[in-house]
Amino acid sequence: MTTFEAILFTVVMASTPLLIAAIGELVAERAGVLNLGVEGMMAMGAVSAFVGAFLFQSTWIGIGFGMLAGGLMAALFAVAVLGFAANQVGAGLALTILGLGLSGVIGAPFVGERLPTTPRLEIPYLSDLPILGSALFSQDIFVYLSLLLVAGVAWFLMGTRAGLRLRSVGENHGSAHSLGLPVLKVRFMAVVFGGLCAGLAGAYLSLVYTRFWAPNMTAGRGWIAVALVVFAAWRPGWALVGAYIFGTATVLQLHAQAAQFGLPSQFLSAVPYLATIIALVILSARRGSSGVGAPGSLGQPFVPDR
Amino acid sequence: MRIELAPRTQVSPWGRALAPVAALIVSFAIAGLVIWLMGRSPIAAFQVYIVDPLMDPWSLREIAMKATPLVIIAIGLSYCFRANLWNIGAEGQFIVGAIFGSGLALAVHGSGAGIWVLPAMLILAMIGGALYGAIPAFLRLRFGVNEILTSLFLVYVAQLLLDYLVRGPWRDPMGFNFPQSVVFDAAATLPAIAGMGRVHIGVIFALIAVAVTMIVLGRTLFGYRLRVSGDAPRAARFAGFSQARTIVTVFCISGGLAGLAGMIEVSGVLRQLQPSISPGYGFTAIIVAFLGRLNPIGILIAGLIMALILIGGENAQIILRLPLDLALAFQGLVLLCVLSADALVTNRLRIVRVRA
Repeated sequence: MTTFEAILFTVVMASTPLLIAAIGELVAERAGVLNLGVEGMMAMGAVSAFVGAFLFQSTWIGIGFGMLAGGLMAALFAVAVLGFAANQVGAGLALTILGLGLSGVIGAPFVGERLPTTPRLEIPYLSDLPILGSALFSQDIFVYLSLLLVAGVAWFLMGTRAGLRLRSVGENHGSAHSLGLPVLKVRFMAVVFGGLCAGLAGAYLSLVYTRFWAPNMTAGRGWIAVALVVFAAWRPGWALVGAYIFGTATVLQLHAQAAQFGLPSQFLSAVPYLATIIALVILSARRGSSGVGAPGSLGQPFVPDR
Repeated sequence: MRIELAPRTQVSPWGRALAPVAALIVSFAIAGLVIWLMGRSPIAAFQVYIVDPLMDPWSLREIAMKATPLVIIAIGLSYCFRANLWNIGAEGQFIVGAIFGSGLALAVHGSGAGIWVLPAMLILAMIGGALYGAIPAFLRLRFGVNEILTSLFLVYVAQLLLDYLVRGPWRDPMGFNFPQSVVFDAAATLPAIAGMGRVHIGVIFALIAVAVTMIVLGRTLFGYRLRVSGDAPRAARFAGFSQARTIVTVFCISGGLAGLAGMIEVSGVLRQLQPSISPGYGFTAIIVAFLGRLNPIGILIAGLIMALILIGGENAQIILRLPLDLALAFQGLVLLCVLSADALVTNRLRIVRVRA
């Protein structure tokens, strides 16, 4: 593997968790629920996956634990914002704080432990392709799953009746309700789907990316996933593009640190966050302040007033 | 049978006041359950977290010192939240304020500069915090960028800037390579209150912030405009209140107060810059603001309660070997319960019988 191929390989690894988490959040937001707790759900996914994989010596059980933890956190959030119509921004923030704290409590006994490497899934012939071959086709199962997820969600949202219902619930919950759609039920399922994805993304971090668990290991990736949804204008295909742009920025930044250009490492570490802000500025400026693309009922609690 | 929410026609003032109390009780019950599941006694935990710190004069003073930054930041945030603007980057404004003020303290270090240094540091910190807080406000007004995400990402940037400064240009050359600045001169250190141990005069700043905010919200046109724009944005627009001015003003106020809190913490407690100067005060203050129902007196009480839990968490780590992160998880739980309880104040639960 050449250096260039190695860089491409790590770009795919850095982009995959962002993509998985962003796709989940995209579905929740398309249903009209802004869940800012992605960071917390991801942290819980990471720690639960590690504990599961470590105790049972199985990556699959780890993945299951991670998704379950993310889904449970999302269900808790859903109870607050759907059941009690609590403020979504505040509740999402609470979920992040809760998840970061709880993951620290659960993970404390496992600091310093390591997992064996996860087996790679070589796709015959394709993985021998020059340049992109090894980066794309000799990755772990998560990478293929993330690409399938994008295609599946895009098809579901735009090509199925259930997807149309989900979008109409997010676009105008009042009209959807008058048409007899179960607004809260649809939203609950969308939020839990987002949680399962965030949990899976967290599982990727602790099972594949690092193979150990450390407090705060999500390091703002959950927030970047939320930003990616805005960046993607709530379209799955663009989430894929965005995730890979940010994954590339992260990896190049790490290589720049290693190459020692004379810039302080902290400045380079700030690049992904500053790049996210700049990307949001450029996109928002182009779309105008009306927020084109955002689901109409995004962030608004739904209480049937009948 | 199914349970549904329905809007209340009338909101009782009692409900409004008691909702946070109920939320706190529910949070304690859930936390007790978790501690019991972890194989410890919830009663012993309650004793360590809540009762013991209240019985010990040293702990009471530590609570006052921990509550100081929380209350000052939360008071600032209450201006934003009242106007329905989400500044969640107070942690970054806290750090940048501390950097601005400490810059002066380090510049005059060892020069024998007089008593003007401390007030100048505090003012610089407020300017620094306000400028940093103005960035998300400006980006939202000029480009329509969501203020939640920008204010949060700026927290990471501020943390990295501080890290760079204390490891690079501002590192104490005599500090055995530790990443920290020199210890501030006495002229740059907040004096302690006589007879109160380590408690510094920053505590008084917190009380001033509470008092001033009570006057601003209750007695001034600005406070009235703010309340209207938060409660009835359409009415505010018809009345001709400038939304742009409100956005910039509240972000500058909350950023400035967060910066002030940062300087008070560094100058009164740490007395030097370190890679990390806050255990998440900027985020805990968000919970304090909501637990206090965005009301100045409520925030004062909520700040003391949160400080109590933080001190109790430190004790529990030593005595019960419960991880410090448990206190963090508890904070998230409290916020979730407070927001849910709020919704029950404006809505009522209705039991619907569904015929099969």
